[in-house]
Amino acid sequence: MYTNICTQEEGREKIRWQKLIGSQIKSINMKTDIILAGVGGQGILSIAAGIGLAAVKTGLYIKQAEVHGMSQRGGDVQSHLRISDKPISSDLIPQGKAHLILSVEPMEGLRYLPFLSKDGWLVTNITPFNNITDYPEVDAILKEIKKIPNHIALDADAIAKEAGSSRSSNIVMLGAASPFIDIEFDKLEDGIRQLFGRKGEEVVEVNLKALRAGREFSQKNR
Amino acid sequence: MDKLLLLGDEAIAQGAIDGGLSGVYAYPGTPSTEIMEYVQASKQAAELGIHREWSANEKTAMESAIGMSYAGKRALVCFKHVGLNVAADAFINASITGVNGGLVVLCADDPSMHSSQNEQDSRFYAKFAMIPILEPSNQQEAYDMTYSAFELSERLNVPVMLRITTRLAHSRSGVGRKEVKAQNGMRLPSDPRQFVLLPAIARVNYKKLLNTQPLMDTLAEESKFNTLSKGKNNKLGIIAAGIAYNYLMENIAEGDYSVLKLSQYPIPPKQVRELYEQCDELLILEDGYPIIEEMIKGFLNLGKPIHGRLDGTVPRDGELNPAIVAKALGLEVYEGMPIPEVVKKRPPSLCLGCGHRDVYIALNEALEEYGTGRVFADIGCYTLGALAPFNAINSCVDMGASITMAKGAADAGLVPAVAVIGDSTFTHSGMTGLLDAVNENSPITVIISDNSTTGMTGGQTSSAFGRIVEICKGIGVDPEHIHVMNPLKKFHEENVQIMKKELSYQGVSVLIPQRECIQTFARRKKAEKKSAGKN
Repeated sequence: MYTNICTQEEGREKIRWQKLIGSQIKSINMKTDIILAGVGGQGILSIAAGIGLAAVKTGLYIKQAEVHGMSQRGGDVQSHLRISDKPISSDLIPQGKAHLILSVEPMEGLRYLPFLSKDGWLVTNITPFNNITDYPEVDAILKEIKKIPNHIALDADAIAKEAGSSRSSNIVMLGAASPFIDIEFDKLEDGIRQLFGRKGEEVVEVNLKALRAGREFSQKNR
Repeated sequence: MDKLLLLGDEAIAQGAIDGGLSGVYAYPGTPSTEIMEYVQASKQAAELGIHREWSANEKTAMESAIGMSYAGKRALVCFKHVGLNVAADAFINASITGVNGGLVVLCADDPSMHSSQNEQDSRFYAKFAMIPILEPSNQQEAYDMTYSAFELSERLNVPVMLRITTRLAHSRSGVGRKEVKAQNGMRLPSDPRQFVLLPAIARVNYKKLLNTQPLMDTLAEESKFNTLSKGKNNKLGIIAAGIAYNYLMENIAEGDYSVLKLSQYPIPPKQVRELYEQCDELLILEDGYPIIEEMIKGFLNLGKPIHGRLDGTVPRDGELNPAIVAKALGLEVYEGMPIPEVVKKRPPSLCLGCGHRDVYIALNEALEEYGTGRVFADIGCYTLGALAPFNAINSCVDMGASITMAKGAADAGLVPAVAVIGDSTFTHSGMTGLLDAVNENSPITVIISDNSTTGMTGGQTSSAFGRIVEICKGIGVDPEHIHVMNPLKKFHEENVQIMKKELSYQGVSVLIPQRECIQTFARRKKAEKKSAGKN
């Protein structure tokens, strides 16, 4: 039995992500610590909660800490997502131990570098979300991203647009992250079909394209 | 039964519903808001007829819960830590009246002040009231403790505090459920004067409360939520309270140290003594103030070394995390890569399309001739008017303080003084302050920026329900000095003129800019579109 907390429209978004990732998450049989980063309103909590719901459904342990309240008004937000086949103690990922930082905004990924493990990966969108007066030059941000030994930096918004839907940038990011969270890819594609099937074949194809494009980018640039 | 994936807040809500709850009372406040929201969204709660409407403030919530307890039923009251300040009068006295139906008081503390103006520790209040605290370490315990807290309350004849911190409130994990308990039937207290705190009766009740203390100790010693496990290293013994236990176990394996996992207060004397005798030194890990540490250390600190926040082993302020605990244990921590300098702060800001923006733009212009330093604001989204580009306000202290601080400043000669308050905060505790100002005809201009919701916490109902003007008239504000305004760019000039006129008036003016919160507006439009699509 599952309850979905749909007091806000985020609830529906969570269910979408759960459907997308639900049947595939079984293949994670290790300990994966992911930090999701972005700006309030970009939808990272929906991704995180969706993955989490799916993990519980398949009998894995998860802890997922997130930020509510003040920061959601356009401030920086992050979620600590921990998935394991063994019980998890801390709700927070320890400093220097995250396997992956998945950031939907370039500056925000850098904010959590103290959490990244020595061999961890930063997978980040490079389209800035500029809502502050002193937002740095994008080149300066990219320069810092390139200093990180394991990084994937992609223009998810452009890739999504190219695939035919500028609204699919989070799907592109999921595709880009997929090689690092051990999800069987053909099952992810099934998830997309299931998720968008109701909206017609065209929407399915656009999102499959977005997902594949994200993954291809990561594989080429790994 | 399968597990549910629940936030700590949601686990508490579900635990209460399954534990025989008849009513939940609350005022929204991060990080406690999701408890009421969960009960409101729960079909089970609807079927069970559980009361689940927001209260006007924490005090009215607390008192309604005491009333439900009086009538024999189980009640839960929820607020953030500073909400307990508002409810404190009722809260403290509820430990003297005792309960009839089980009464659980949920306080969500916010160490590190993620969304708060202080990081006060609610456990002091429970100690003050001499009642037990349950402090879960994880979501499952949050469920289990809430589930059994009503019975504990009924057994001890006192309210029980449930204390969590932000991290547990807003972290999800799998939670298994128990059988649903039936609600209590309505029954009056066996002593009809139990709740009458006349001094003569209060003295008797207070003695009863004092006499119950040893039983509270015993129940804490026997509690399954408190466990003492022995380790091979007896140099250092560790007491880990609530969520601190998780950070500890992230760093050590079971059996490494002797550990007292503490989740039910009063602090269990037997286990603490045993641990103290067994080990050379103690380390106290607790999220919030060093309350356990102070108690065990004592004023004279004559015993074995006690480490924690007071001696700098753990930072004195802020929430705990795995790295802080690792360092306290003397473990090496890989610090990760530093945050590059290019990363700028991204503070929260007022939404684009928010009416508060236009209010501040107009107010700044209207106040130009008087100079800065005279705007007293309040708690809500509009507090963000303190930041650039508005830099429009000079105070944010506690709920409702805008109006009364403006009055006090005007009394001191700061005229005009301006108060900026939201509709929900106004009904929470602005109305009584407005009465003070009306009674003295204080030269203040009160701006009630009305977005018809409790915005900062995510758009809960606001107790005014569109009646701000009537409320102000009822309090006695001269109707000629009540102005409803439309905070849109096209009315900017008109709004500035109204403000200027009322700023020069030597009495109480109330300006009410009204515009629906952009967030609730967007949600409403989306819902309308969806329901139109269905038809």
